[in-house]
Amino acid sequence: MNSRASFSLDRRTFLKATTAAGGGMLLGYAGPSSAQLDSAALEFNPFIRIGSDDVVTLIVHKPENGQGAATTMCMLLAEELECDWDALRWEFAPVAREYGFPLQGTFGSLGVRTSWQPLREAGAKARTMLVQAAAARWNTDPANCRAEQGAVINTQTGATLRYGALAEAAAQLPVPEAVMLKTPDQFRLIGKPQKRRDTSAKITGRAQYGIDVRVPDMAFAVLARSPVFGGTVASVDDSEARAFPGVLDVVQVSRGVAVLATSNWAAIEGRKRLEITWNDGPNATLSSADITSRQRELVASPGAVARNDGDVDAAFASAATTLSVVYEAPYLAHTTMEPPNATARVDAAGCEVWSGTQIPGICHLNAVAASGLPPAQVTVNTLYIGGGFGSRGGGNVYSEAVEIAMQAGRPVNLLYTREDDIRQDRYRPASYVAMDAALDADGWPVAWRGRVSCQHFQELQDGLDREAVAGLADTEYAIANQRFEYAPLELDVPTNFWRSVGCSQNTYFAEAFIDEMAAATGKDPIEFRRHLLAGSPRLLNVLNIAAERAGWNSPPAAGRYRGVAAVSCFGSHNAQIAEISLDGGKVRVHKVTCVVDCGQVVNPATVLQQMQGGIVYGLTAALKGEITLANGRVQQSNFHDYDALRIDEMPEIDVHIVPGNEGPGGIGETSTPAIAPAVANAVFKATGRPIRKLPIRLT
Amino acid sequence: MAVIEFTLNGKAQSVDVPAEMPLLWVLRDVLTLTGTKYGCGMALCGACTVHIDGQPTRSCLTEIGFIAGREVTTIEGLSPDGSHPVQRAWQEIDVPQCGYCQSGQIMTTAALLKNNPAPSDADIDSALHNNICRCGTYQMIRAAVHKAAELQQALAYDAMAPQEANA
Repeated sequence: MNSRASFSLDRRTFLKATTAAGGGMLLGYAGPSSAQLDSAALEFNPFIRIGSDDVVTLIVHKPENGQGAATTMCMLLAEELECDWDALRWEFAPVAREYGFPLQGTFGSLGVRTSWQPLREAGAKARTMLVQAAAARWNTDPANCRAEQGAVINTQTGATLRYGALAEAAAQLPVPEAVMLKTPDQFRLIGKPQKRRDTSAKITGRAQYGIDVRVPDMAFAVLARSPVFGGTVASVDDSEARAFPGVLDVVQVSRGVAVLATSNWAAIEGRKRLEITWNDGPNATLSSADITSRQRELVASPGAVARNDGDVDAAFASAATTLSVVYEAPYLAHTTMEPPNATARVDAAGCEVWSGTQIPGICHLNAVAASGLPPAQVTVNTLYIGGGFGSRGGGNVYSEAVEIAMQAGRPVNLLYTREDDIRQDRYRPASYVAMDAALDADGWPVAWRGRVSCQHFQELQDGLDREAVAGLADTEYAIANQRFEYAPLELDVPTNFWRSVGCSQNTYFAEAFIDEMAAATGKDPIEFRRHLLAGSPRLLNVLNIAAERAGWNSPPAAGRYRGVAAVSCFGSHNAQIAEISLDGGKVRVHKVTCVVDCGQVVNPATVLQQMQGGIVYGLTAALKGEITLANGRVQQSNFHDYDALRIDEMPEIDVHIVPGNEGPGGIGETSTPAIAPAVANAVFKATGRPIRKLPIRLT
Repeated sequence: MAVIEFTLNGKAQSVDVPAEMPLLWVLRDVLTLTGTKYGCGMALCGACTVHIDGQPTRSCLTEIGFIAGREVTTIEGLSPDGSHPVQRAWQEIDVPQCGYCQSGQIMTTAALLKNNPAPSDADIDSALHNNICRCGTYQMIRAAVHKAAELQQALAYDAMAPQEANA
């Protein structure tokens, strides 16, 4: 499964231009961002500036979705730089090739995985230069010097020089070609829980998110978009909207009609007063039932082959027992707490965009395309992100804001209201899978086949979207004969990545069906998995630890039921056991035992947060999440009909992190896939009826 | 338009806006106090929670006209320096992930602890039921509410101590 580390980069390649992803990250910095640098500070590389005032500033190139990237990136740099952890400053990187443009951003649970080596090297190289400068000052060998807490110490004389006093001389030195990095036993910061560097801003109201940006002469804007996907404006009467106090302007842009006002409230009220006739276009009657029936038809014929091991047909022909099932998962919106928004200014000086964006590189490309300006005249400012979960990698919001700003001739802060967010999101695609299993006379599976139909997350390659079958066609289970196919569904419903992407639905399909296979011959679900995971030691290990921590071998209290799921994804391994009860027709999740092996841990506090957070995100979807369409329109609009898990529904989550030194695995998405099947399998145990459709419903 | 006078974070404030404009947008768009967040506009998510005369209130559905003569406290006014026991507890437990909902969580908790200095888990669940966190910090929030109650208790003892010494 480690192959998914590099695969993840590929699957996110929604741009053709991939050459600079992760490359050119290190030294030789002379990018467009240099104008922003404090002239008093000396740049050692794109990630480190040290001022003669002794201020060390680290540049964070991974946007902060809330997953602790700012702290983690600083830890990687500071570990080798040997600066004073408590005194360092940090700031978000501008858009530049050195930071991974065009795929500069936070996605794919790749933050630590792609930064682990280059950031530690950047820290070590800068430290080496500082030590060399000190050695020259003391006329001694660098071997007689060591760096500690932002200073170089002469081990022979005890003399000390602060980094600030050395920065000017050190920055003139050649950058070392190669450096020795610490071994894990030498880590001072890595592997030890560190407090987040963004907490104080976030508990005082000081943290600036995209929605908080205010620039001179700015108007607040909302955009009326076609309620049917692909519809267009036929005619508009904006007289009442313009008459509303505070409305400044109404402009028509490619995706609808924008109302600009002195406040968001006036913009929203003005928009209510627009009289728009829409051309609904070809999707005017599209409904969820239509979509399901098209999927049902699609899986009746062969699709693109994603995996074909052994001889599946022969295995089915000689099977003792066969099982045939259909599973379904719905469209999902992301509902980040901060709804989508962007602020744009376009004038003679160029185009400037402010937004909390997961991928500033894509934001920059969108702004370049929308403004028609050369890239050098376009600036992207990265702010705190009020939740991403895959939604903030691109989308229409940046180009909409730029287009409105250009049409109106003034800066705008464009807000998606919650209703806009839910009805105009790019959704996790609804998926439909027909699966069969062939069991031998002892009840062990000898063949597993499945055909998935959903819209694709990304462009097809040879008819296949690997992500559409991720978590199903690539499980760790040792079943000799496996065939999985993908039948693409082509629709105008906009789709997008959603925390854990294909695994968000396919791990549910796989892990719930595995429980059905086990139940078919009365086998214990964990014993059944153990039998099939003998060749996957890390996944087997987290499964075994989870079983022990959850007390799997002793029965739960009366009225309680347990379910298990296990998955390797994003370079990490995760097992979860959910303990539930059925409470007046509702599923109540009391406890989740979560064991993760993500190899080398950078910040255990962050891993803990991400395990908890990923489970809550997945549990909301498992219990409540469903976007439906009728008459071409999304039927949900706000938290009353597209709810999120609340604190009184929060299970106790017991997280155990398996220590390890393997290359770090991802953590941002790792815990989301297993929770739905763990809960579904517990409900199956409770009711004897398998859960074949999300969200989980008892009736 | 009407001039509306009220007390905002301990200071006299007047605004000249339509009386039906929600307090949330007056705070954010007129007064540029952006710590109070928009999340749903329907009092469903709690991101916009402020105190009105000490009561936790959803500012997104509170018309500014209703505020005349009242006292409003926002996250910016909860303490001058982030030292309110709830903020200290949030810092100690490192609650926030994306952080966007946390102003509302903190304001709701501060109001809870004023009336209930030692809340049970059930009290916490009931008070914070309408504050959504999509990052899933609920377990950390529960721990932080208990921690804040402890810190508040300690402050109360500290404040009492000199009086007891004199008695």
